[in-house]
Amino acid sequence: MGELKVHRVRFFDYMPTAIRAMAFNAHTERLALARMDGSVEIFNFTDHYFQEKVIPGKDSRSIESLCWVGGRLFSAGLNGEIAEYDLENLRPKYSLEAYGGPIWTVISNTQGTQLAIGCEDGTVKLFEVLEEHIQFERNLDRQKGRIISLSWHPSGTHIAAGMMDMIRVFDVPTGHAVQRLLVDRGIGGSKSRETVVWSVAFLSDHTVVSGDSAGKVQVWDGHTGTLVKTHLVTKWDVLALSVSKDESSVVAGTSEGTVIQFQFIAPTLHQQDKEWVRTRTFKNHTHDVRALAEIETAIVSGGMDTHLVVRPLLEKFDEKSHASGLRKIHFPHRNLVSCAKKAGLLLFQFPGQLELWRLGDSDGHGKPGDRLPLKWKPEKLLLLKRKGEDHICCSALSSCGGWLAYSTVSSVRIYRLQTDNNISITKVSKLPKVLRSAHQLCFSSDSSKMFAASSQSSVLVIALTQSECKYVHTLKPKSGSRQPIHLMTTSVDGKWLAAANSDCEIHVYNLQKLKLHCIVPVYGSCPSAMGIHPTTNNLTMVHADQQLFEYSIVEKQYTDWSRKLQKQGLHNVWLDRDTPVTHVTFNPKNPNQVVLHDMHMFCIIDQSLPLPDQKTQFYNQMTLRSLSEQERPSHLHAFKICKTFQDLLCVSLLDDQSLVVVERPLLAITSQLPAPVRQKKFAT
Amino acid sequence: MAALYEGFTLCGLVPTQNASDSPIQGIELDGDSDHAVVTDSTRSVTLYKVSDQKPLGSWTVKQGQLLTCPAVCNFQTKEYVVVSDNKVIRVWKDEDLNIDKAFKATVSADVWRVHSAPGGEPVVLFQRGAVRLLDSLLSAPQQPIEDVLSEEEVIRWSTNIVAEKQHFVLFTTEQKGEHFLYVQRLNPNTLQKYRLEREDSGAPPLSFSASLRDKHINLLYLYPNGCVYQSVVAVRGPVELEGVQTLPRSLRLRLPVGEGKLGAASAVALDEAHVAVVGMPHPSARTGKDFLCIWNTNFQTLQAGKEMVGRIHGPVWCYLGKLFVPHGKALSVIPYECQKSSLASALGKLRHAGIAVSKSSVAVPSWNSLLHGDQPQGPAKIVDTRKSKLSRKSQSATALNVDQVLELIKTGPVEEVQREVEALVSRGDAQDLQLSVGQLACHLVARSQAETAFYTPGALAQLVQTQCLCHSVCPDLLLLALEHKDYFLCQLCLQLFPDIPEVVTCACLKTFISVPDGDVEMVSLEPDSVSFMEGLVAAGDRGGQQNGFSPPLFEEDSCDAHHQPKPPQHQDKKNPTLQLEACPVGLHKAVLLNEVLQTAYSDNFLLPHLKDLNAQQVILFLQYLQFVYLKFSQDVYTQTPGLRSPTMTQIIDWLCLLLDAHFTVLVMAPDAKGLLSNLESFVKSQVKLFSELGKIEGSLQELHKMKLSKDISQYSIEVIELF
Repeated sequence: MGELKVHRVRFFDYMPTAIRAMAFNAHTERLALARMDGSVEIFNFTDHYFQEKVIPGKDSRSIESLCWVGGRLFSAGLNGEIAEYDLENLRPKYSLEAYGGPIWTVISNTQGTQLAIGCEDGTVKLFEVLEEHIQFERNLDRQKGRIISLSWHPSGTHIAAGMMDMIRVFDVPTGHAVQRLLVDRGIGGSKSRETVVWSVAFLSDHTVVSGDSAGKVQVWDGHTGTLVKTHLVTKWDVLALSVSKDESSVVAGTSEGTVIQFQFIAPTLHQQDKEWVRTRTFKNHTHDVRALAEIETAIVSGGMDTHLVVRPLLEKFDEKSHASGLRKIHFPHRNLVSCAKKAGLLLFQFPGQLELWRLGDSDGHGKPGDRLPLKWKPEKLLLLKRKGEDHICCSALSSCGGWLAYSTVSSVRIYRLQTDNNISITKVSKLPKVLRSAHQLCFSSDSSKMFAASSQSSVLVIALTQSECKYVHTLKPKSGSRQPIHLMTTSVDGKWLAAANSDCEIHVYNLQKLKLHCIVPVYGSCPSAMGIHPTTNNLTMVHADQQLFEYSIVEKQYTDWSRKLQKQGLHNVWLDRDTPVTHVTFNPKNPNQVVLHDMHMFCIIDQSLPLPDQKTQFYNQMTLRSLSEQERPSHLHAFKICKTFQDLLCVSLLDDQSLVVVERPLLAITSQLPAPVRQKKFAT
Repeated sequence: MAALYEGFTLCGLVPTQNASDSPIQGIELDGDSDHAVVTDSTRSVTLYKVSDQKPLGSWTVKQGQLLTCPAVCNFQTKEYVVVSDNKVIRVWKDEDLNIDKAFKATVSADVWRVHSAPGGEPVVLFQRGAVRLLDSLLSAPQQPIEDVLSEEEVIRWSTNIVAEKQHFVLFTTEQKGEHFLYVQRLNPNTLQKYRLEREDSGAPPLSFSASLRDKHINLLYLYPNGCVYQSVVAVRGPVELEGVQTLPRSLRLRLPVGEGKLGAASAVALDEAHVAVVGMPHPSARTGKDFLCIWNTNFQTLQAGKEMVGRIHGPVWCYLGKLFVPHGKALSVIPYECQKSSLASALGKLRHAGIAVSKSSVAVPSWNSLLHGDQPQGPAKIVDTRKSKLSRKSQSATALNVDQVLELIKTGPVEEVQREVEALVSRGDAQDLQLSVGQLACHLVARSQAETAFYTPGALAQLVQTQCLCHSVCPDLLLLALEHKDYFLCQLCLQLFPDIPEVVTCACLKTFISVPDGDVEMVSLEPDSVSFMEGLVAAGDRGGQQNGFSPPLFEEDSCDAHHQPKPPQHQDKKNPTLQLEACPVGLHKAVLLNEVLQTAYSDNFLLPHLKDLNAQQVILFLQYLQFVYLKFSQDVYTQTPGLRSPTMTQIIDWLCLLLDAHFTVLVMAPDAKGLLSNLESFVKSQVKLFSELGKIEGSLQELHKMKLSKDISQYSIEVIELF
């Protein structure tokens, strides 16, 4: 295929924030995850752990705990408010001051009729869950000292509350505390420090399991208030606990980054008496494990080291499969980088700011493997700080580099850019009223229009001229889906717009007629990236399950190539990758080539070449290199994969045929984390 | 073992102006063992009754005069002798109230010290090194005193020792950074001078201590870097050596010094194995250097330690089981006890300490353990002891104490002895038993040796099982058990004694190998080890080879197979398979052999004793080892964790040792031929494996080199090629 000039970019200092809380909805199999910056992410566990939705954070919001009630998501935090989220519009629906000081935890009963929160002032407050709202019901008996953790007995009659140095069991109907379980302090120097009961779990047989700051996981009898068993698992804190659905297993997350599993089993074979036995230790984190969820077949954990780990329980699997592999999710499953292909500019999106960079250049030529001398260095043109408290949720840069837009949940801002000689930026002042906020933004390739994904999967079309910007039309899907759009792309000829929503629907609009052209047949997995081919106007879609489709917009059917691919099936190596493709671009010079990338590789698909079958060596670049010129053609296949670059956030092909690769090495992220707790290592 | 007991304060101390000086010049004994004569750094001498912490008398010289040497007691005349202002010798008696009115004599040269020891006359050592007996000096006080030392040489320390009616004065001197030891013998007078080896740092020794042991004077000295050296001077050595000799020294201890060097510290020998050290940091307490510690020089172990409040002034004295330590504002007397040490009791001490630590860590009784008892060493233990105390109280009327049992052992009938010993052992808790178990065992063994009819296997087994016993405490026990064919007791001893000498191990081995299988099979042995062996034997029956391992015998490309003529090869192939299937020795015999395999030994000591085995025994043992080796390497037998079993290394080591010891015999023996060739093929297979591993090493190294990636900057433009 030949040589490629690659701009290897490592100056995007993307830094994910620590994971604070987690809640798994077993019914919908969605995992809600809260980060330190107040953002909430929703992962779909039925769809290859795809990050479906992201609710951007806010400066004043802090989330300490998350809770699902049916399909509704609630959070509570140290700002003292309970919030419910609008998962269709990706914003808080409302928030409610609880008047109890900072809130440490929120839980719901199994019936989903009540919420309980634990407050700094020592109260446990019950809220009634109403159709559209929640309403304060009553307080349980107020205690001295803060309520750190809560757990509702499955029957709904009792609540266990973890406090400082003790656990209280409340009788919910009367509101009185019926048990007081004193938790030992640590030994030695920590004796004078109060023990914080970071987490409690109330099991249906009235067993209370607690994890505390003295490093203990303790099992209590909730009826008698007696300690049944103590497991000293760490010198540091046990921060999180999670119980499996059948209550046969409890996992505990510690400050050392370990997750320790306890199982309710008979300690010796053929014996009836079961007890809680420490069974396994997983170490997938370097820092505090703050959030944990034990789901049917896996343990999900997250913490200070910012990545989400799905650790499958191998005994639940009969054979090696996609689901039985360890999964680490480091990067968001969406684009934080916009690339102006014509102008050679990169826009980096941070929660609090945008950075605009101009790529460097080199006029040298070199052999493959060489590093070229730089004619000029990359240049940071602009640092644009957002206004207001809300974090940036999406941003876009026009391909000419003349327009820049971003959106938060409360506002959209559009800027006119001059980047030629002297850089200037002017805010477009009068925006149409309908343009309140957007889930996705995108410019047409000639930069005459901007598209903003709005509520209920609709797309606003905004016309841009030098002087003003004008609302043109709202494109609405026929399906009436209320889900947000998470992907949007336009064709180079300006005729087509494709938009994908979380219901896995992809709508194609005709921009000349401003109406819906067609709906791509709905596939069961969410599209993670898509692009419209510049010459053929074929829509290439990659889904979270790694399936790849090509759909002819004009003919409203899958292309022959796509059919051939589906018939033959994708190579297993391709299907076994564990990060979704997040970007699709095309080579304008060679219509056969599609460029895709995920976190660990980028791939150039050459549609003119034969597809690999299962017996073909899939990663064949090394082999090809060693072959002679004559032998090569017989070994070629369509997927040319390059793994030279790792931890990729963006791969894009500029108009001058050079490739831009934005790397964010995980090591660089790790090095910015705070120091982990000190651990005694051998010979230190 | 050694212990420091609770100390008490003898008297308060007045701090000196110069902080580095000790406020006490010296502490000497009186004729009475409970008396101590304490001389302070200025003007007064006080006589104390130590046990009452009470002064009996005090004498002070006039203002302006200064005591320049510690007062000593003339044991022959019961008079006290002190020197004031370097030249005035004063002698007084207990009844004298005023020291100024007592006898005094002025001598012509400066006195360094007056020394006195029981059984000898007081001796006066002058600052220039001359020595006079006190009586002869006082008879002519103004007699001329010669200079022994050269101009710049000064005395640093001195003492005297009376050995076999021979009186010695030892003193060390310093001259231009060099240190010398002078040994002055009186009657006839000879003087020997030794040079002390220089310590690397060049620092002077901090303290000296001399003691008499086995007709040798042992000099112990401590350097600021924590090294304690010992030098030995013969009492009756060749004295005619001329000139200055270098005194050979041996490092007895290297003490942990902590940060910086030691300031005021001293070491004093307590007995041949124990040294008391003050002014030294405690190795586990870290901070501060104000500890009094007793170290065992044989094992380099810390035996006891005590923190002393306030600054340690430096010197320490040791008389009759008491240590006198001036520290802070007090002079403390700390009684100590050193027991004759053996390796095992040192180990026992360690084990004991371990228990104590784990105990203290569970300070708060938790419901968990009280209710369910799943933490046996926690408070449950406290309950236990309480219970046992109660039961002890109730039994006290009938039960015998240790001494009574010891008496009983000497004469009583077997059954009664057995019963009483068992009762005693089951009743007392481990700490109380630590000492008595050894005595009981020794007495039992002694009686058994004296009377062949007397033998109490049950009682002995129980004593061994307390784990307070070891071979060095009762060396005859294991041999006695062997003699009585008490294989169960032998097994217990082999399992629990950490210190069985190689000769005994070999004796056991020899007995075990040569004993007929039928004899052993009836004996009941420790069930765990039997079940391990059963598992091992049964493992072969299940057959099958895991992990792709094929024992070398079955290897088709086995190198030597090609060289051998066909028929024997066939036979060979059959024979070993038969050997493989069946264990060459009986089950219980194998269990006993396993115990031998697991004992600790040192090759050098074991090898000569292994030669005592005859060829048949060696071949049988080798066959057994081969059997176990094959079982292990087949990996069919999955080892049950927790069961004691010999390790692969132990088996290989024993194989090697046996071959080393009997190689020539084995080469000559026709029935060992098959065995040897088998073993050779094992070795070949191992060598092959290692050479394969060696090959991998090279490629792994290459991988390592490949990993060296270029340093990547924030931005670069690179050229890649895709095909």
